[in-house]
Amino acid sequence: MKTDFALFPVSASTIASHVDTVMIALLVICGAITVLVFGLILILGIRYRRGSLYTRELRPKNGNFLEWSWTFATFGVFLGLFVWGARIYFRMHVAPAGALEVSVLAKQWMWSFQHPDGAKELNELHIPLSQPVLLTMTSQDVIHSFFVPAFRIKQDVLPGRYTQVWFEANKPGAYHLFCTQYCGTAHADMTGKIIVQTQADYERWLAGVSGRSAGQRVELRPLSPIVLGEHLFKKLACITCHVEGRGTVAPDLSHIFGTMAQLNNGTSVKVDETYVRAHILDPGAWLVRGYDPVMPSFRGQVSEEDIMNLIAYIKSLGQESKPK
Amino acid sequence: MKNYLNESLTLKSWLTTTDHKRIGILYLLSITFFFLIGGAAATLIRLNLMTPQGELVRADTYNKLFTVHGVVMVWFFLIPSVPSVLGNFLIPMMIGARDVAFPRLNLASWYIYMTGGLFTLGAILWGGVDTGWTFYTPYSTMFSNSYVIATAAGVFITGFSSIFTGLNFLVTIHKMRAPGLTWNRLPLFVWSLYSTSIILVLATPVLAITLLLMALERIFRIGVFDPALGGDPLLFQHLFWFYSHPAVYVMILPGMGVVSEIVPCFARKRIFGYRFMTVSVLAIGVLGFLVWGHHLFVSGQSVYAGLVFSLLSFMVAIPSAIKVFNWTATLYKGSVSFSTPMLYALGFIGLFTMGGLTGIFLAVLAVDVHVHDTYFVIAHFHYIMVGGMVSAYLGGVHFWWPKISGRMYSEWWGRISALTLFWVLISRFSPSSFWAISGCRGAITTIRPSFRCSM
Repeated sequence: MKTDFALFPVSASTIASHVDTVMIALLVICGAITVLVFGLILILGIRYRRGSLYTRELRPKNGNFLEWSWTFATFGVFLGLFVWGARIYFRMHVAPAGALEVSVLAKQWMWSFQHPDGAKELNELHIPLSQPVLLTMTSQDVIHSFFVPAFRIKQDVLPGRYTQVWFEANKPGAYHLFCTQYCGTAHADMTGKIIVQTQADYERWLAGVSGRSAGQRVELRPLSPIVLGEHLFKKLACITCHVEGRGTVAPDLSHIFGTMAQLNNGTSVKVDETYVRAHILDPGAWLVRGYDPVMPSFRGQVSEEDIMNLIAYIKSLGQESKPK
Repeated sequence: MKNYLNESLTLKSWLTTTDHKRIGILYLLSITFFFLIGGAAATLIRLNLMTPQGELVRADTYNKLFTVHGVVMVWFFLIPSVPSVLGNFLIPMMIGARDVAFPRLNLASWYIYMTGGLFTLGAILWGGVDTGWTFYTPYSTMFSNSYVIATAAGVFITGFSSIFTGLNFLVTIHKMRAPGLTWNRLPLFVWSLYSTSIILVLATPVLAITLLLMALERIFRIGVFDPALGGDPLLFQHLFWFYSHPAVYVMILPGMGVVSEIVPCFARKRIFGYRFMTVSVLAIGVLGFLVWGHHLFVSGQSVYAGLVFSLLSFMVAIPSAIKVFNWTATLYKGSVSFSTPMLYALGFIGLFTMGGLTGIFLAVLAVDVHVHDTYFVIAHFHYIMVGGMVSAYLGGVHFWWPKISGRMYSEWWGRISALTLFWVLISRFSPSSFWAISGCRGAITTIRPSFRCSM
């Protein structure tokens, strides 16, 4: 019977080989311990079965030396495994600078992706080869989990806050994407594909999606999240209080992303995606020092995608080159 | 001859008994009933998965089946299994007491357990629940259209039975030991139930609080867990696992106690390293409270919290390893006979070792990221809970069956069943550990798309 079963799934990201090395080491260590324990039970059980002629003289009285030896041996092996696993885990959580940023919105039961230039995809994500990709993810309803076996990465996607995961694909192809947090009726079908293309193919694909293919008269190129965010920023009248260069009624939002905000209660919080989101929906929860609680909540007036666009805009305010 | 079984044969005498032995029998019958229900759900799950597309039941039904399987097996079979049946029967005898400290509370525990069980059973018959046994929010509070409250009410009520049983055992072991039966002479079975009781008394109230908060949000829309109402979606997982991780040890420590009695008996030798065995039982009980965060390695909790929980998870594995080595060493220069209880006990050691070693994979942070929420985890805890606890429970029931019933079981059939259970569990869960490494997630009604994950 022909089968395509393989112990390890295709390895297609830079982190995958590191994870596989630990897994192989674990299989060897744990396999050896299994053989040792099963073997000892069988050998001791059969050799010292009732009625066998092996001597039972000189039974060990005190096993303290043995006890401490296997305690410390176990401890040593565990400590090594802990450090090894932790180092890779750490790398999984520190995205390199200059990663391609894609936002992900999960909902029952689909994945939607938005590229930096505004191109959108459903249940499919095209990414370029050998380019770190950073996903900023949130959910519109329940908890989901983003799992790409070929990349050896997994990250829960939560409602009400942003989680991030990054990877760098190193082999072109189409790879399975699964939701691994049970999320209701069609959880089993909440799957997708990550399509890894060479840089040239990716550019071509992006151009096609953006509608710039020859012969088209209408400009279908979607607006980037930054532009959409800027538009919302004016439409929702954020700009009336958050005036650039002045901070009388509300703080100036340029250059704040990534800094620490000083709060009224004396603590400070890092200005990240979750912080901005919370401020749009529930401005009273965290008051910035020196300001009155005058901002209204925009809960119900903005969708998750609107919030993502606003965040993209606020992020861009801190960067040197102004967005178009 | 008059004994506790035939001194009075009326139904009333059984339902109003305060005799710890009779209460043990009541539990034996009732958990067997729930075991069959949980087993029926498991059978339907496997039957559905025989066809790649899952053609037996609809997706919603499948989701309800695995929820029923989990809820019933965890709270209505595994948690009460060894403590309530064998613990009730044996603890007073082993420490030389006439009964447990509070016999009427003991009977009340059984009634509370049955009330909770009937609530949950009612919810299942009414239409079932589809949240998975973990009731993760906000799915359970805001999205599921099934009988979440009724099921959770059953679990909530049954929790009090656990608390009362734990309390009863703690007081009994502290205050009613026969003169001269010092802590260092206490049978290891009693030690393991002592540690179990501490967990039951300290952890179960957290579960009760968690379920109550869940009910508040579901019924009254009070925002606790759903961010749309101002709640925190991860808070539930922290609270739930703060109970449920220690509860995992409720589902294995008593089994370790049983095996620690059986192995010396059939090896004709005292247990190797008694002191290390008692200390490791307590260490597991204490450290078990400090590792709940290893269920949240990919949830979005901080990387540093992940590091701490990973290290602590390795630490809790050390006492378990010590126990395995000590059981094995007990065979050395013994006089080993392979009677039914011994076969179950040796099966326990083997399956528990497999469960413990797959647990090491999960404690390694980078590997957990890959195998988290896949069949690997399912195989891991089934090795421990079914391979470990069910083997130990059946071994214990066989071991003390003559004491309980005054009769002897068929040795031949006993051995056949012990070997069959061992073989079935090894052949059922070993392949799934491996296909999970290839990336197959859990809680899915269809196999096809994920079985080919190595496309």
